Amino acid sequence: MLKQIEGSQGIAQAVALCRPEVICAYPITPQTHIVEDLGAMVKRGSLSDCEFINVESEFAALSVAIGSSATGARSYTATASQGLLYMAEAVYNASGLGLPIVMTVGNRAIGAPINIWNDQSDSMSMRDAGWIQLFAETNQEALDLHIQAFRIAETLSIPVMVCVDGFILTHAYERMDIPQQEQVDRFLPPFVPRQVLDPADPISMGAMVGPEAFTEVRYLAHHKQMQALELIPEIAEEFKSIFGRDSGGLISNYRTDDAETIIVTLGSVIGTISEVIDTLRDQGQKIGAISLRCYRPFPKEVLREALQACQRVVVFEKCLAVGMGGIVAANVRMSIRGLNLPVYTVIGGLGGRPITRKSLAELFEKAVKDDLDETTFLDIKCDIVERELAREQAHTRSGAAAENILREVGVVDAAKTA
Amino acid sequence: MPHQQVKFYQTGTLTVGNRLLDKAQRTVQATMDRSNSLDSGHRACQGCGEALGARYAIDAAMRATDNQLIAANATGCLEVFTTPYPESAWRIPWMHSLFGNAPSVATGIAAALRVKGRQDVRVIAQGGDGGTTDIGFGALSGMFERNDDVLYICYDNQAYMNTGVQRSSATPGSARTATTMPLGAEPGADFDKGKNVPLIAMAHGIPYVATASVDRLHDLEAKVEKAMSIRGARYIQVFVPCPLGWGSKPADTVKVARLAVESGLYPLFEAEYGELTSATKIRRKVDVADYLKLQRRFAHTLKSETQLARLQAVADNNIRRFGLIDEQGE
Repeated sequence: MLKQIEGSQGIAQAVALCRPEVICAYPITPQTHIVEDLGAMVKRGSLSDCEFINVESEFAALSVAIGSSATGARSYTATASQGLLYMAEAVYNASGLGLPIVMTVGNRAIGAPINIWNDQSDSMSMRDAGWIQLFAETNQEALDLHIQAFRIAETLSIPVMVCVDGFILTHAYERMDIPQQEQVDRFLPPFVPRQVLDPADPISMGAMVGPEAFTEVRYLAHHKQMQALELIPEIAEEFKSIFGRDSGGLISNYRTDDAETIIVTLGSVIGTISEVIDTLRDQGQKIGAISLRCYRPFPKEVLREALQACQRVVVFEKCLAVGMGGIVAANVRMSIRGLNLPVYTVIGGLGGRPITRKSLAELFEKAVKDDLDETTFLDIKCDIVERELAREQAHTRSGAAAENILREVGVVDAAKTA
Repeated sequence: MPHQQVKFYQTGTLTVGNRLLDKAQRTVQATMDRSNSLDSGHRACQGCGEALGARYAIDAAMRATDNQLIAANATGCLEVFTTPYPESAWRIPWMHSLFGNAPSVATGIAAALRVKGRQDVRVIAQGGDGGTTDIGFGALSGMFERNDDVLYICYDNQAYMNTGVQRSSATPGSARTATTMPLGAEPGADFDKGKNVPLIAMAHGIPYVATASVDRLHDLEAKVEKAMSIRGARYIQVFVPCPLGWGSKPADTVKVARLAVESGLYPLFEAEYGELTSATKIRRKVDVADYLKLQRRFAHTLKSETQLARLQAVADNNIRRFGLIDEQGE
C-alpha cells in the first residue's frame, strides 16, 4: 500500500510488520520518532504480543534486547550518535553472544562539539563491533532493509544494524510502499533461536573464554560475516520475488558500465550524486557511482569487480578518521589493491553540512582530470581554520576552538549581509 | 589431635535446632532434594562467602519457583569462578553479559517470558557490590523504577574483589583496600562516603527489599522465598565475607558474618513498598572490635581510637535506626 509518510513512520511500520516481541526505547534525535510510533502501535493494540519498554539509557536499551533475544524473543531497538557510543560495550556484547537483534541507527554526528545533524561517524565507530551494517539509500529501502535485517540476523544468529541518514531520511516525508502482513510473514518465518535460556534445558551463556579458545570464537564471528556476503544477495533476491522491488544486496551501481570515474559512497547522498552524474553524463563525462548498501561485511570482491574497469575512484564519505583521513576509502583501497587505480577521498556532509549539487559537480569535474588532492574536505572554510590556527600560534590561551570558529562564522555571515 | 567438643545445644552458632525442627521448617540446604543450582567444582576461594550466599539464595529461589528460574549475572567473582569455559557450575539457565547491565538483561529476560506467556518462569539478576552499587547502579535503578518482575541479589563483600580488592561505594570507613591503603593520617577508606543501596531501593517504592547474611540460613532462605512470592522489582543484599580481600580465615566466614550482624554493623531488615516491615534482632550484642579483629583489612582500625569510635557509632546508629535490639527484652 502506497503511503506518503515520514521515513521514521515507514521504518516503524516495517518493524511492526516483522512481529517484534520486545522493543526497547530510549529517546535520541534523530531516531526518536521510530520508537514513538512503535510505542503508539503497542499502546493502541495494533501491534500485539509485543513488550514496549521505556529504559533509562541506550546501554540499557541494548542490554534489555540482549536479555530478551537470549530468551528467544525477536528484539528491536533504535539509537543514534552519542547513544550508540553509550551502548558501545553492549554492541560488542550482542554480537559476541551471537544474538540476532536488529537496531536502527539514525545516523548523526558525534560530539564534541555537540551536533544533532547527519553524518555517519556514529555507525562507523562501530564498524568492527561484529554487527552486519546495512546502509539505506532511500526511505523505501530503509523500510525494506529492516524486513531483510531480521531475516539475515536470525539466519546467521548475528545482530544487524540498519543505518539510515538522520533527518535526510528519518524526517523526510516520502511516498513509501508498505508491504502486506501476509507478504512479510511469507518472507520472515517466526524466530527460532539458536540458543535460548530455558529451564527445561538449562545452558550457561556468556562464559569466560581464555586464550585456548578465544581466537576460534572470534574467527567464527568473522566467518559468519563472510557467510553474510553470500546470504545478503540471496535474501535480496528472495525479497524481490515476494515484494517486487530491488532493495538491499551488497552494492548498487549507477551508470557504471563504461565509467572511467566511479564515485563510491553510502547512504542517501547517492541521490544527489546520481543527479550530478546525470548532468556530467549529458556533458559527455564517463562517470558513475556505486553505493555500498552493506558496509559490514565489507563487499571486497564485488566492489573490486565493479571497479576494475574504471580509471579512478572517488570515495565520498560522511565520516572522518581523525589523524588518518577516510574510513571508507581505506576499505575501498584494500579491495582494489594491485589494480593501480588512484583513489581520492572526499570528506563531506560532516555534522549536517549540506552537500550541494554545485559543490559535487565542481568536485567531480576536478576528479575526472585527476586534479584532486588525496583527501579533500568538501566546502571547507579554509580561511576560518587558518585564522584559528594563527590565534593558537599567537596565544597559549586562545580559548575553545569550536566557539572561536562559531564566532568567526557569525562574523563572516554578518559581513555578507551588511 | 584436639577434638571438637560436642555440644548438644550449640549456643555458639545459630544453626541450632535445624534437626529438631519440623521437616517443613527445615532449611532448603538441609533437604535432600535441594537443587544444587550452583554445583560443586567451581573455582571460588576457600571460605568464599559469595559462593555460599549464591548457593543458599538460588537453591531457595529454585524451591520457591518449582525450579522455573533463569538468572542473569554481572561480571565479577561469581561469574568468573562459576563459568571458566567450557565448564559451568550452574545447573539453571544462566547468562552473563556485562559488568554493568545485569538488571537490564534480566528485564529483557522477564519481558521475553511475559510476551511468551511463560510467567511461571521467574528471573533473578545477581552481582557483587561493585556491579550493583557502582557500575550497574543506573541499570538497577531503571529496573526498580519500571518495577520489572526481577529479583536482584547483590552479594556484598564490600569491595571489587575480582580485580584485586579495590574500594567500591559499599566499602566501609577505614577498611583497607588496594585503593584505600592504610597510610597517612586517616588510613583506609574514608568515612562519610559510600551509599546504602537497600535504602535507595526502598526509596523507589518497590514491593520488597531485604538484607541478609550468610551466617543465618533460615533468615536468608525465608527472605528469598518471600521475594519469590511477590511480582515486580525486588532487591536482596546478602552480606558475604571475602577471606582473600578481608584478610580473614576461610574457616571464619560464617563467624565474621555473624559478628557483623551481632555488632549492628550490618543490619538485617525487610521493607515493603518503601516501608520497613521487620528487623532481625541482635541476640547478643558484640563490640565492633570483636568483628574487626578477625580481619586484617581493619588491623590499623583497632589501633585508632577515633576510627574504632566512628565504626562503633555506625553500629550504634544502625541499632537505633532499625530497632535491632528489643529494649524490653534487654
